[in-house]
Amino acid sequence: MAIDTLSPQPPSKPEPVIADPSRRNPARWLVVATPYLWLLLFFAAPFIIIFKISLSDTAIAMPPYTPVFEGFGKFGEFFSQLDFENYEFLASDSLYIKSYLNSLRIAAISTFLLLLVGYPMALAMARAKTSLRPILVMMVILPFWTSFLIRVYAWIGILKPEGLLTLLFQTVGLLGEGEQVQIFRTDYAVFIGIVYSYLPFMVLPLYAALEKMDHTLLEAASDLGCPPWKAFWRITFPLSLPGVIAGSLICFIPITGEFVIPDLLGGADTLMIGKTLWTEFFSSRDWPLASSIAVILLGVLVIPIVYFQNQQQKAG
Amino acid sequence: MAKSLGPVKRKFSPWTDPASVPFIRFENITKKFGNFTAVDNLTLDIYEREFFALLGPSGCGKTTLMRMLAGFEEPTEGRILLQGKDLAGVPPYRRPTNMMFQSYALFPHMTVEKNIAFGLEQDKLPKGEIEARVQEMLKLVKLEQFAKRKPSQLSGGQRQRVALARSLAKRPKVLLLDEPLGALDKKLREETQFELTDLQHTLGLTFLIVTHDQEEAMTVSDRIAVMDKGVIMQVATPAEIYEAPNSRYVADFIGDINIIEGNVVSNQGAATGGVMLDCDGLKIVVDQECPASTGDRVAFAIRPEKVRLNIDPPTETAVNAGAGEVYDIGYLGDFSLFLVKLDDGRIVRAAQANIQRLVDRPLTFGDRVWVNWSRDAGLVLTR
Repeated sequence: MAIDTLSPQPPSKPEPVIADPSRRNPARWLVVATPYLWLLLFFAAPFIIIFKISLSDTAIAMPPYTPVFEGFGKFGEFFSQLDFENYEFLASDSLYIKSYLNSLRIAAISTFLLLLVGYPMALAMARAKTSLRPILVMMVILPFWTSFLIRVYAWIGILKPEGLLTLLFQTVGLLGEGEQVQIFRTDYAVFIGIVYSYLPFMVLPLYAALEKMDHTLLEAASDLGCPPWKAFWRITFPLSLPGVIAGSLICFIPITGEFVIPDLLGGADTLMIGKTLWTEFFSSRDWPLASSIAVILLGVLVIPIVYFQNQQQKAG
Repeated sequence: MAKSLGPVKRKFSPWTDPASVPFIRFENITKKFGNFTAVDNLTLDIYEREFFALLGPSGCGKTTLMRMLAGFEEPTEGRILLQGKDLAGVPPYRRPTNMMFQSYALFPHMTVEKNIAFGLEQDKLPKGEIEARVQEMLKLVKLEQFAKRKPSQLSGGQRQRVALARSLAKRPKVLLLDEPLGALDKKLREETQFELTDLQHTLGLTFLIVTHDQEEAMTVSDRIAVMDKGVIMQVATPAEIYEAPNSRYVADFIGDINIIEGNVVSNQGAATGGVMLDCDGLKIVVDQECPASTGDRVAFAIRPEKVRLNIDPPTETAVNAGAGEVYDIGYLGDFSLFLVKLDDGRIVRAAQANIQRLVDRPLTFGDRVWVNWSRDAGLVLTR
């Protein structure tokens, strides 16, 4: 080091050795480790069990599959009995592929409808008076105060042919005496139920993204000659994209595996993978096949999500 | 660093020429927000190529006035004319004004280049022309190598330059600057102030700046309007505002000043004996034309740098002079501010330029001193 003659420096003292607090403090590790431990225990471990069952064969026994792990002594024998037979079966029977594709189709359409309904709501909330916003957020969350199942049952009462919707339409004269709304037990009813049930999950991330947007950006756009409708597509929408992606993922994933809504509101021909899985598990008692359906479902959902996350990280 | 200066500036004063037509005209403008009157029946003319400053404390209505010109607010009463055309009902995106926002309002998802091009794209200019104009702007604000960066990857000073380039790219008839330098540190601010005046001069545009910083207003502008509570107190050049404020409010708002209340003893005009005041025993004579008549309560205002400070008594001690002791000293480097407590208890502020390089100044706390001033140093204010 060059000696600085201008500013006299005190003789250098040996620097005190301060240990990195993160290495000394085990509590720090505990905080980091807890969520990982949780995931290991309640996600990774059950998944490994499910995966193992998916490689087994069905059996009339308790549990209804073989082989059963009987200790490391018979490990070789146990291992040799595992195979991909169930997956081959899934690929050969078009019912399952159709179920997957239809689930993805319904999830995609529903997510699009949710965006269509949720975006204007979130935008209106974000533009509302500051004092009004907490009340509007509260109102979006309010349906959670009653059971999900009850709310879906309530839709049966509304949508069934002799239900409230028919009554309303007859009263205002849109339908004549004896005519009925015929959407219960169709895909339309499923879409209505899904959009209704998942709306808060779409609105809240959108609202969070839109609410923190700086309003002067729109003034700047207008000042530079951009009319409001154009400014929406050039400024507001691109800046809300993280919210759009978050909301879409939060809705798309569970809708793909949705069971209750298609079961209660959909028709017999509303094929969704959640329903198929339930049938295999409880009606056919084919645990290995049901497990392999679940494993494939996970793959179908995880791969696009990981891709999305990667893209977002690159963009950010 | 060698700096290229713009063309030599020439004296510019269209407002003194009765034949010149104002470029922007605020005509009896009133703006109310509910019960609150932000701007109160205000009339103001701004001329082409002028660098005009709206100066006042926060809440005085200066920003509201600018936002009305930009089109973000509509006046409750009155009209705004730009080149003789009424702007009422014209939305912001159709006005030939561009604004540099206090927060800069840069689009965070666009690169520097895209930000600057935004306004030009709205005009549907051909691609090549947009590109050329963006390059020209980048060069103007010296940010060529930052074209592909996002605003979040720039420093505060660089963002300010992008905001300036973006607002200038469309060559607006009027550039509006809303506290443009507020977020910069002092050194950068001073540098930018001079760059702004150079730029305005080179481009030949009309600039309207809103600021609460009197130093900034004085450095950059041709004329300043000092505002308070929605009305204009005085419109004049920086020198006039400083040397000849028309009211106690303006005198007090701009710079440092001593204000001494007193009664008019006689008023004989500037050439024949001036205005004589009796300020509770302190006799003051000012050579000034003044509308006050004998017996009126007025204020005598004098800047600290115009107050002389001496250890020895001056030749004339009966008027414009007082004895006292040094009560406090503010050492500011280039000059020192002395607070002198006169024998009648009054505090007078006197500034002395530190023209000698001394660490220990001869005057110190408690020293007996005399203050005095010449008959043309101060000003009688009737408002």
